[in-house]
Amino acid sequence: MWRKSIVFAMLVLSIALMYACSKNEDVINPEETKITFSVPSNFPSPAYQFEDNQLTNAGFALGKKLFYDARLSADKSVSCGSCHQQFAAFANLDHKVSHGVDNCQGKRNAPPLFNLAWQKAFFWDGGVKNLETSPLNAVTDACEMRTDIETIIAFLKSTAPYPELFKQAFGSTDINSQRILKSMTQFTAVLVSGNSKYDKVMRKESGYSFSSTELAGYNLFKEKCTSCHAEPFFTDFSYKSNGLDLVSADEGRSHITGLSTDFGIFRVPTLRNIEYTGPYMHDGRFYNLDEVLEHYNSGVKAATNLDARLKNGISLNESEKEHIKAFLKTLTDNEFIKNTLYSES
Amino acid sequence: MTTVLEHTQFYYLSKFSKMKISQYLLALLCPIILLSSCKKSDDDITANTKSSFTIEFEHQVNGAALALNTNTYKNAKGEDFKINVFKYYVSNIKLSKADGSTYLIPESYFLIDESKSASKLITINDVPTGDYTKIEYTIGVDYARNFAGAQTGALDPINGMFWTWNSGYIFVKLEGSSPKSTATSNMLTFHIGGVVDPNNTIRTFSTEINAANPLRIRTDAKPNMHFIVNAAALFTGTTDISFASLNFTMGGANSVLVANNYAKGLFRLDHIHN
Ligand code: HEC
Ligand code: HEC
Repeated sequence: MWRKSIVFAMLVLSIALMYACSKNEDVINPEETKITFSVPSNFPSPAYQFEDNQLTNAGFALGKKLFYDARLSADKSVSCGSCHQQFAAFANLDHKVSHGVDNCQGKRNAPPLFNLAWQKAFFWDGGVKNLETSPLNAVTDACEMRTDIETIIAFLKSTAPYPELFKQAFGSTDINSQRILKSMTQFTAVLVSGNSKYDKVMRKESGYSFSSTELAGYNLFKEKCTSCHAEPFFTDFSYKSNGLDLVSADEGRSHITGLSTDFGIFRVPTLRNIEYTGPYMHDGRFYNLDEVLEHYNSGVKAATNLDARLKNGISLNESEKEHIKAFLKTLTDNEFIKNTLYSES
Repeated sequence: MTTVLEHTQFYYLSKFSKMKISQYLLALLCPIILLSSCKKSDDDITANTKSSFTIEFEHQVNGAALALNTNTYKNAKGEDFKINVFKYYVSNIKLSKADGSTYLIPESYFLIDESKSASKLITINDVPTGDYTKIEYTIGVDYARNFAGAQTGALDPINGMFWTWNSGYIFVKLEGSSPKSTATSNMLTFHIGGVVDPNNTIRTFSTEINAANPLRIRTDAKPNMHFIVNAAALFTGTTDISFASLNFTMGGANSVLVANNYAKGLFRLDHIHN
């Protein structure tokens, strides 16, 4: 009871504070939008909390600049944004697997980047455990940007306006790996996609409702797909095999855990913005949603670690496929994809 | 209204004027202080006076001084090998007194690297004065920090001791060569790390200090502890390792074998200069 009332008191206080300081906002340039991390009301609370990485406009701006700067890579041709493109919800359009420096082909499809603040593990195999450290692999991978943090730090120290931008973001011109990673995270963690038609219908916003086809698709989806692609993220963040191959060429999660029961299994991917994130699957083998749905209908292979629910595939007739596709397109969030705050300026 | 901004209100805090914030903070802090004062742990050491001490790590291979790239050594199986890289983490250093009370040195993370001589002598400041009769520390990095956000200092990923594809630190890194190794260029690659069972390689080292000559930390005396570190301890102790069959490990079951070995014999307290 005592605890509850303290919490309540603090809440009231902080609300009062927010109110009180709304007058002080003239400190901020009125032209500039205050960068905020917004939690859509139909989402749970996030895993990444910003408590050790205070979000500021300057930190976000620096993170964004780094994200789009190809000069950070070995041959100065590849930026984070080359593989994570906004119009593809920060996935890599038309690339089955990632395409790095010197045209090197990676082995996995670049996942989209949004709602990362709710993820507790990263990469298709869940090997990376913190959003702040997830850019490190891309930076150093021989097939991605093939450089190292020392080289990047040296470059940033000697390249205007970076020292000044670090000063604005962190209070001094010091440049180290922590500041680089934290500012990049201010950019990536703020990428929240929660304004699709589906979200607006779920939040009962006026003027939004599913068409009868979309609604039929939603009902089919809940029956056949949500056991893995769970709402509201359209993934339960577990690792599964959906029977792409009898024997997977990529060992998947077992590379991390060393367990044979994890061989050939991958993180259940989100289906938000799925209309724009093709090609699909960890190796980008399917170019469109028809191929994906036909896979579930007739192509599921008896892989060793196939999820039991997919033993007999998921039978879908043509009209069911159309309904599901119509529903999947309600997961497209154009406000996110077109938000100029996230664009390379 | 499409969004509920529970979190943003905290970001606005930084925009407050200092005056206002201190008043409100005070109001917020009072109950917190009250609450936290109920929790009292009686065996933590607090002293009014604090001082420092140093620890020196002397690298050897079976009694001979470690020289990178040049000298040839023998493992327990009698196989020749050379060492090119030898570095490891020591963290969470804890001192105990004869009465059982303990002092955990906060934020104690050290990367000891044979190729950087300054790293082999570490200074620990702000230790409550007194006589300590036991020291213990983690060989490696505790579970939480393996998964934490971007770190600096000894834990900065720039030090080449952080795996980028499978989050976590390399606790002990030994690279070299052996004519017996079947790997390319007869290389030896021992990157020991991993914190998840069954392949958890976090090991703790602890040693009693002779009560007749304890670690005497005084405001006017800064003692030095001298440890002998035997790099060959990776390859013997519980399992004698042959480079013909094991010459490469980066986490996993083979790393556990190596960790079990070095948990026994990597460190030995040689003497203390009070
Ligand atoms: C050459 C293409 C490429 C570049 C350049 C690249 N990435 Fe990626 N990124 C990928 C691929 C491929 C994956 C998935 C890796 C895997 O699963 O093994 C990935 C995964 C990620 C993830 C984890 C997403 C998730 O849902 O698990 C984040 C975050 C990320 N990248 C951020 C970045 C940042 C920041 C940069 C710039 C420093 C960057 N990437 C540069 C291809 C790239
Ligand atoms: C047993 C769990 C499971 C069920 C049920 C399931 N999926 Fe999947 N789905 C997965 C996994 C795992 C992947 C990723 C597989 C890989 O890349 O190796 C995936 C991938 C996908 C992709 C590709 C996403 C991308 O970004 O590459 C789509 C689209 C998809 N599923 C749609 C569906 C639909 C529609 C249904 C219902 C008809 C469904 N899934 C049912 C587990 C499941």
